Amino acid sequence: MTTREIYNLLFIFLTKACSYFCLFILIFLISSTLIKAWPELSFEFLNSYPSRFANKAGIKAALVGSFYLICLTSIIALPVGILSALCLEEYIPKKSFTKKILELNISNLASMPSIVYGLIGLALFARFLNFGTSLISGALTLSLLILPIIIVSTQAALKTVPKAISLAGYAMGAHKYQIVFGLKLPYALTGILTGVILSISRAIGESAPLIIVGAVGYVSFLPDNLFDSYTVLPVQIFNWAGRPSADFHNRAAAAIIILLLVLLSFNIFAIYLRQKSIRNTKS
Amino acid sequence: MLTKRSLDQCIKISLRIFLIPSIICTLFTVVFLVKESLPFFKDVSISDFLLGYNWQPLIEPRSFGVLPLVSGTMHIVLISIIFALPVGILSSIYLSEIASKKIRKYLKPSLELLAGVPSVVFGYFALITLTPIIRIFFPQIEAFNSLSAALVVGVMILPMITSLCDDSLQSLPKSIKEAAYALGCTQFECIFFVQLPAVFKQMSASVLLAISRAIGETMAVTLAAGATPSLHFDPLKSIQTMTAFIVQVCLGDAQNGTVEYHSCFAVALLLFLITFFFNGLGKLILKRAKNHDY
Amino acid sequence: MNIKRTYNKKVFLALCLGLLNFSCSKNNNSPQALVKTDGSSTVFPITEAIAEEYMKKNSGAKITIGISGTGGGFKKFCAGKTYVNNASRPIKSKEIKLCASNNIEYLKIPVAYDGITVVINPKNTWATKISTKQLKLLWKSDSKISKWNDLDPSWPDRKIKLYGPGPDSGTFDYFTKAINGKSGLSRSHYSHSEDDNMLVHGVSNDVDALGYFGYAYYVNNKEKVKAAAISHEGSPYIDATEINILKNNYKPLSRPIYIYVNKTELSQNLELKNFISFYLNNVSSLVKQVGYVTLNKKTYEEQLTNLELIKPTQVR
Repeated sequence: MTTREIYNLLFIFLTKACSYFCLFILIFLISSTLIKAWPELSFEFLNSYPSRFANKAGIKAALVGSFYLICLTSIIALPVGILSALCLEEYIPKKSFTKKILELNISNLASMPSIVYGLIGLALFARFLNFGTSLISGALTLSLLILPIIIVSTQAALKTVPKAISLAGYAMGAHKYQIVFGLKLPYALTGILTGVILSISRAIGESAPLIIVGAVGYVSFLPDNLFDSYTVLPVQIFNWAGRPSADFHNRAAAAIIILLLVLLSFNIFAIYLRQKSIRNTKS
Repeated sequence: MLTKRSLDQCIKISLRIFLIPSIICTLFTVVFLVKESLPFFKDVSISDFLLGYNWQPLIEPRSFGVLPLVSGTMHIVLISIIFALPVGILSSIYLSEIASKKIRKYLKPSLELLAGVPSVVFGYFALITLTPIIRIFFPQIEAFNSLSAALVVGVMILPMITSLCDDSLQSLPKSIKEAAYALGCTQFECIFFVQLPAVFKQMSASVLLAISRAIGETMAVTLAAGATPSLHFDPLKSIQTMTAFIVQVCLGDAQNGTVEYHSCFAVALLLFLITFFFNGLGKLILKRAKNHDY
Repeated sequence: MNIKRTYNKKVFLALCLGLLNFSCSKNNNSPQALVKTDGSSTVFPITEAIAEEYMKKNSGAKITIGISGTGGGFKKFCAGKTYVNNASRPIKSKEIKLCASNNIEYLKIPVAYDGITVVINPKNTWATKISTKQLKLLWKSDSKISKWNDLDPSWPDRKIKLYGPGPDSGTFDYFTKAINGKSGLSRSHYSHSEDDNMLVHGVSNDVDALGYFGYAYYVNNKEKVKAAAISHEGSPYIDATEINILKNNYKPLSRPIYIYVNKTELSQNLELKNFISFYLNNVSSLVKQVGYVTLNKKTYEEQLTNLELIKPTQVR
């Protein structure tokens, strides 16, 4: 074997090793957490409030808080995001200065660190609008956070719609709004849904902005209305992980497993949708 | 009478309303960060802030040199990039060039799952699992240190680098590869000497975007890297990043009007500008790369 | 396709109505009164235990507890944002002025005794006895001490890793006053956190670590950290134990810890009043469990009488 061939084989082996190393990291992460978490998982864990005793501490308040928060966030962010992407893509002339500025604006927002969103939420919603440390401030902050993601992915989905469809619609005498809402939007729906699911799964896992806007660590009740205090699963994990006792670490591991299960199912659903939309465009 | 045409016009105008939240968000961010930082800069000169190497905003005698925080952030970024860049690029090469279609179909989504894991999980992992493992090899490592935090941040930015490089390799026209093979290159030579230089711009863009992500990372470093702002280069010791400092001040909720409170915003402004810079640069390079036709 | 569309529309409408109902439901007609507490991480375990037991008996009660530190908590308390402040030191004059300017009247209720414990790593065999003189050399604001043998030549030639609360903490204020002579004067280069759990984690994982925090955090983590015996002004080395704290032998680091309660809120918020009287009735039994030292029974009874004197005005 020549040196070149040896280098070749070594290189191929290295790339394989790297990829499977990444996979190994994922598996190691999940399994090491699962080992700690397994004895803690039970219905009682899901149904109890946080406690000072590790063996009684549960994630009921965090689960319900996360659920309410995500519902609120989706209701606020999804219409705004999808409709602004529609506006940007269809109703603003391409290659105009406005479009460039707006797109630059959105791509900046998409890369802003999540903690800056937390500070904005604190200043704008908690203090200026005086909503305080409540569900609604948290939901509004998270909506701002995922808005750019939804807009970018909806735009990308709309771009994949073949021109033939809209031309056919015009040929039949349809008006613009009928084409956009009746033809393009349904066609791009799976792509839009993928983006929506990915942004929601991002929102579920966020903790930094919510800690700043006021998700409290110790909450032993379920929020009754929009202006109540709340806590969410990632913040609960943060609180338990910070305690020195190993029992609380195991509870944190169990909460992580629950969180990962939820996120995993969202991500797998998004991947399935993406495969489906690829199949649709091919056919 | 509501004709279809007037409805069309209505929708055209009313849809623009939905663009307002994103515009307000950016405007508010910039205005707010600058407004809250101004009182800070009245008390502390910009050169003292940017060039001072002693960060002590809360305890007398106070000093506001931000370099320790920036150095803490750079610690994390440097180590995470050193880890993530080669692994990410090599994985993307495997995914796009070497792996069979079947393996790629299952491997790529699995690596994207890594991107979906929240950062608090990585922080927990760094603090509770990774540091004890590193302690086996380096017993002098502190409980809070920058190495474990940086390694998990590396794992967090890995999927970003992998997928961006994979996309760029996929977008290369096949003719380049075929020309290289026609000239007798091995796979290694073709990839390393022909394809990689061709996508160099996209790769640098992906590195810049990953850097900006690593700079903004909060939860993992807050849990695992510690709270001692200091200017040193030892990854086994504890540090404090800009983001961890912001969390610390906000959890303590320093009083409105004091220098400490405004120092939090000065740091946030700096963070915003740095991520803006790296991100803008990355996107600019990506755009230029798209315009080059092969 | 049409049937699916109408079905989807109905589901969507139902969800909207449900959420509208949820958002308006208890907001306007008699919201359950919230007991908002914040403040010291030292006092947090006591308030947490009381809150947990209280909620077992009153399932509809809503109590939130933050840990912004005694100082941070007072800022919120004096702005009327919280109703109870957990404090590991008495209120300072600046804070009294702030409360007065916002018309906040308060009740100062001592709840337990604490002894600030100086802790070292279990593997630390040399610094088990420390004098306050050495502590002052170590923690004063212009301290040049960086290695163990700077404090005592027989100790190892290695760097000391320091852990302690941050300046918003009452423990910080009390410790700096007792050791350095003035509250707030401290060396600045150490790992600081308002969260005492982080300090325990740091000290327990570092052979060369030294830290200080409330007694309960030491008692609950005895397998992870070791307490140093303290000698003050020539006295013999006193261990941090309950008896020593109760008898005030553990000088100068034993101190009472308090909760401050908003008087106006007490007269208006029935839930808060019930919570505070439950607190006073049950704190002596729970304090031991948490790890602090109870006060005299008489003190608690006096406080209860004070509480009863507050007449309810506009009951919410």
